[in-house]
Amino acid sequence: MNDLLNLQGYGPMLAQGAWMTLKLAFLALALSLTLGLVAAGAKLSSAKWLRVPATLYTTLIRSVPDLVLILLIFYSLQLWLNDLTEAFGWDYVEIDPFTAGVITLGFIYGAYFTENFRGAILSVPAGQLEAATAYGLSRWQRFHLVLFPQLMRFALPGLGNNWLVLLKSTALVSIIGLSDLVKAAQNAGKSTSEPLYFLILAGLVYLVITTLSNRIFKRLERRYNLGIKGMAR
Amino acid sequence: MIELFQQYGLAYLFSDGSGLSGVAMTLWLFIISVVLGFGLSIPLALARVSEHFWLRWPVEVYTYLFRGTPLYIQLLICYTGLYSLEVVQDNALLNQFFRNALNCTLLAFVLNTCAYTVEIFAGAIRNIPHGEIEAARAYGLHGWRLNLFVIVPAALRRALPAYSNEMILMLHATSLAFTATVADILKVARDANAETFLTFQAFGIAALLYMLLSFALVGLFRLAERRWMRFLVPTRG
Repeated sequence: MNDLLNLQGYGPMLAQGAWMTLKLAFLALALSLTLGLVAAGAKLSSAKWLRVPATLYTTLIRSVPDLVLILLIFYSLQLWLNDLTEAFGWDYVEIDPFTAGVITLGFIYGAYFTENFRGAILSVPAGQLEAATAYGLSRWQRFHLVLFPQLMRFALPGLGNNWLVLLKSTALVSIIGLSDLVKAAQNAGKSTSEPLYFLILAGLVYLVITTLSNRIFKRLERRYNLGIKGMAR
Repeated sequence: MIELFQQYGLAYLFSDGSGLSGVAMTLWLFIISVVLGFGLSIPLALARVSEHFWLRWPVEVYTYLFRGTPLYIQLLICYTGLYSLEVVQDNALLNQFFRNALNCTLLAFVLNTCAYTVEIFAGAIRNIPHGEIEAARAYGLHGWRLNLFVIVPAALRRALPAYSNEMILMLHATSLAFTATVADILKVARDANAETFLTFQAFGIAALLYMLLSFALVGLFRLAERRWMRFLVPTRG
C-alpha cells in the first residue's frame, strides 16, 4: 500500500506537478474571466474605438490553435519586454515561465470567454436594464445587481465548457518547459521506463478534476436558475 | 516575414524535401482524423442512445475517458506509452504500427475527435422531435432502416453547428502532431525559428496559415448550413 502511494518514489514530484497545473489553471481562469467580461463590454459598446479592437481580439485569437499562440506569445513576450525595457532604459526584467504561462493562457481563453459573455449579455431582456435605469441605479449597481445575476444563467453552460478546455490545455505548458503534471509524469516515466503507467496516472488526475468541475458547474447552474420554470429541481 | 517565407515557403505549404509538410501535412492529419472519426462515431452514437445497457455503457465510458483528459496525454500514451509494452513490441503487426509516429498521432486524433463527435450526434439524436420518428414508424420503417433513413440524417443536419465547432477544434488540435515529430505547420515553424531566431515571424506565419484554414472551414460550414439546415429556419433566407 505504501509503495502504491509512494509511486516508486515519484509521488511527491507528481503531486508538485499536479499543484502547478491547478495553480496555472486557476490563475489563468481568473485572468481570462476578467478579460472576457471587459472585452465583452467593449464589444457591445457603442464606441467604435472599443468595439473594433475587441472584435479583432476575439476573431484573431479564436482562429489560431492555442498551442501556436502559446509558442508565439511565450517566446515573443520576453523579446518584446526586452525591447521595451531597452527603449525606456529600464533594468532587464526576466519573466519566469509560470507567469508567462498564466498570461498566455489567460489572454487566449479571454477571447473564448468574451464570446461567451457577449452572447449571455445579449440574452438578458433589454427591459431589465431599462427598468434598472428607471429606478435610478448607478452603472455599477446596474451591473452587479441586475445584469450579472441574469447573464450568469445564460453564460454558465458555455463557461463550464471553456473552463474544461482551458484546464486540458494546461497540459500544453509542459511543451514550453514548465514542470507541470504532464512533465512530471513524463520524467517519472522516463526514469522508471514505465511511461504508460505514469501517463495513465496523469490522465486520471485530469479526469478527477474534470469530473469535480462538472459537479460544481451543475450546482452553480441550479443556483443561478432558481426561479426559472423547468430548471429548478 | 516575407524573407522568411521565401526561404521556408515550400516547407510551410507543401513539402520539406523528405515528404509532406506544413499545410499539406496538417490537412492530411485533419482529413484522415475527421473522416475516420465521423465514420466511427455514427454507430457509436446510435449505441450511446440505445436502450440496451451493454451497448450504451461501454460507449459512455469511452467518451467520458477521452473527453475528460487532455489530447496531449492521449497522444503521449499512443506515441510513447503503448510502445513500451512488451506485448506491443513482440507482436509484429502492432510493432510496425506503433513504430510509425504518424500512425500513433492519427490513432490519438481519431479516438479523440470520435469521442466528442459521438456526444454531439447522440445529443442531436435525443433532440429529434418525436413526431418525426412516429411518422417514420407509421410509414413502416423499423430497425436499421429507421436509423439509416430517418434518425441519422435528421440528427446530422441538426448537429451541424456543434459539429462544425468540433471540426475547427480538431483542426487546431492537429498542431500537437509536432510533439510526435510529424512535420505539420507548427513543426516547420519551430524548425524555422531554431535556424533563424526570427521567433515572432516564424510562428506568425504558422498562425496566419492556421487562421486562413480556419476561415476557409468556417466558410464551408456556412455553405453547408445554408443547404442542409434551411428547413429548420424558414424565415432566415
